[in-house]
Amino acid sequence: MIKIENMHKVYSMGDNDVRALNGVSLHIKPNEFIAIVGPSGSGKSTLMNMIGCLDAPTSGKYYIDNMEVSTLKDDALADIRNKKIGFIFQGFNLLNKLTAIENVELPLIYRGISKSERYRLSQLALDRVGLGDRTHHRPNELSGGQQQRVAIARALSTSPPIILADEPTGALDSKSGTEIMKMLHEIHEAGNTIVLITHDNDIAKQADRIVRMHDGEIVFDSEVEAR
Amino acid sequence: MNYSQAIKMSIKSIMGNKMRSLLTMLGIIIGVAAVIIMISLVQGSTKSILSRLESMGTNMISVTLTGQKSNKVLTMKEMQALVDKNPSLLSAVAPTINSNVTIKVGTENAKTSLIGTNDAYSTILNTKVQAGGRFMSAMDVQERRNVAMIGSYIAKLTYPDTSPIGKEIKIEGQIFTIIGILEVKSTSTAGSTDDRVMIPYTTATRLIKNSSVRSFSFQAYNTEVSDKTLAVLNTYLKKELKSEDAYRVFNQADLLETVSEMTGVMTAMLGGIAGISLLVGGIGIMNIMLVSVTERTREIGIRKAIGARRKSILIQFLIESIVVSCMGGIIGVIVGMLGTWGIGNLIKISATPSFGTILLAGGFSIAVGVFFGLYPANKASKLNPIEALRFE
Repeated sequence: MIKIENMHKVYSMGDNDVRALNGVSLHIKPNEFIAIVGPSGSGKSTLMNMIGCLDAPTSGKYYIDNMEVSTLKDDALADIRNKKIGFIFQGFNLLNKLTAIENVELPLIYRGISKSERYRLSQLALDRVGLGDRTHHRPNELSGGQQQRVAIARALSTSPPIILADEPTGALDSKSGTEIMKMLHEIHEAGNTIVLITHDNDIAKQADRIVRMHDGEIVFDSEVEAR
Repeated sequence: MNYSQAIKMSIKSIMGNKMRSLLTMLGIIIGVAAVIIMISLVQGSTKSILSRLESMGTNMISVTLTGQKSNKVLTMKEMQALVDKNPSLLSAVAPTINSNVTIKVGTENAKTSLIGTNDAYSTILNTKVQAGGRFMSAMDVQERRNVAMIGSYIAKLTYPDTSPIGKEIKIEGQIFTIIGILEVKSTSTAGSTDDRVMIPYTTATRLIKNSSVRSFSFQAYNTEVSDKTLAVLNTYLKKELKSEDAYRVFNQADLLETVSEMTGVMTAMLGGIAGISLLVGGIGIMNIMLVSVTERTREIGIRKAIGARRKSILIQFLIESIVVSCMGGIIGVIVGMLGTWGIGNLIKISATPSFGTILLAGGFSIAVGVFFGLYPANKASKLNPIEALRFE
C-alpha cells in the first residue's frame, strides 16, 4: 500500500539545515492500523505531510499502490490526495461558511462528480458517522465531537483507501475522543488503511502497529520487535 | 470543478461580505457610470451641434468682404455673373446685409436683427417659411418691395392672437407687409435666431444708411465639386480685390468636418479620463482580493489538502473578482443610463447612451476584473498547502 524508502527531508532555515527526516523507510500494508508516535520535533508531522502527499521529499522514494509519487508535481499530488487519502485533522479544518453537507461535498466537487451523485455520497457519509440529521448545520452550530465527525465524513465521502488522522482526538474531551477512536476502528474494520499520528501513548496503543520517531529517524517499530 | 459551481461559490462568498463587496464594487460602478455619462453627453451634444449646422445648409460656401486693403466693393451683380459663368460649380448666391433695427406694431416697440437677402437664401441656408406664408420672390427683390418675413419670436411678440400674414409691421419707420413666418430654428426666445426679420436686400440698402452687401452665401453645385469651387472663388476674389486680406472664404463642409473631428477628440479624452476611474476601481478590486486571499489562507490550505488543483483555486478567486466587477459593471450601466438621462435633462442635451458605449464600458469592467483578479488568484493558487493549513 504505502512504501517509503530512505526518505530525507531537509529544511534550510537561514544558514543551518534542519534534517526533519533522516533516512526513513516504512512499509504499510493494506488494511493496517498504524500509529506514528513521537515528541514534537521528532519529524512525525513531516512524515505525515509526506505520507499525505502535501510535500515533496528532498530525497528518497515514496510509492502508493506501487506508483511512485515522490517525483510528482503539484497538480498530480492534488489528484493523489483527492483519490487515495482522506484527511482528519486535529483542528477539524472545516469551512465555517459552508454547511456540514457542503463541507463533505467539497472533495467530490474537486473530483468532478455530478451534483446529484455528490449529494447522495455526502448524505451516505454523514449517515455513516451518525450525523444524517445535521446535514444543514454549520460547523459553529455543532459540538467539537460532531465537527470532527463531519470531518471524518468528508474524509470518507470519496472512499479513499488511506485515512490519515493527525491527532484526531487532540482538541476533544475524552468522551468525544473515545467516540472518534471507535469510529476509526469501524472504518478500519470496513477495510481502510489507517495512519494515525499522535503523541498520546494510550491512543497509540489502540493501533495494530506502533512506529516511534525521534530526531527524524524511526527508533521503534512494534512489528520489528515482534519478530 | 465546473464553472457554474465556481460562480455559485463566489456569489456565496460575495454575499457573505456584503458591505465589503459593495465598497469594492463602488469603484467599478463609478467608473462604468462615468464612462457612459461622459461619452453619451458628448455624443448627444455633438449630434445637436451637427444638426444645427446642417440646418444652415451643407453645400454652402460663404464669402465675407473684410473691407481691408482694397477699395473695391463687389456687388451682387458681379457675384451673380460669377455663378452664371460656372454653372457646373455654383448653383446660386444669396447676399446678406446684417443690421440691428427697431420694429413697431401698433404701439409696441422692439429691437431685433434684420437680414437683407434674396430669394435664393431659402435654399442655400435651408430657411423656409411656415405654412400659410411665402418666402420673398425674385420680383420682390427686383422691385424693391416692402415685404418682410418675420421670425417666430417676433410673430409671437407682435401678433400674439392672430395670424400676422398680410398685416403691417414698421421697420425703422417704414411700413412693410408681412408675407411669411420663418420656421422655428431654435428656442423662439429673445436673442435667438427666431428673433429677426428678413427683407429683400434691395430694400435693405435703401432702408439702412451706408449699407452695402458684405457677405455672400454661395451654393456649391454639390459636395464633390466643393474643392474646385473654392479654388475658382479664391482665384476670382484675389484677382478682383488684389489682396487676400480683403476677403474671407468659409466652407460649411470644412466646418462640419472640423466639428466632428473636435468632438471625436473630446469623446476620446473624456472617455479616457473616466476610464482612469475604472482603472482605479480595478486596483480596489485587486487590493480587496489580496486581503481576501490572506484572510482565507487556511481555507485555501484545506481545499488543497482535499484535492483542489492549482487551477481550481485560481478559477475560484478569478471568478470571484470577475463576478464582483460584473455586478459592479451592471449596476454601473444602470447608474450611467439614469445619470445620462438626468444630467442630459438638466443641461438640456438630448443624450441616450448608445449600445456601443454600454458594451464598451461593460466589457472594460469585465476586463478590469480579469486583469486585476489575476494576480491575487495566482497568489492564492501558489500557496503551499502545509503552510496554508498552519496559518492562523
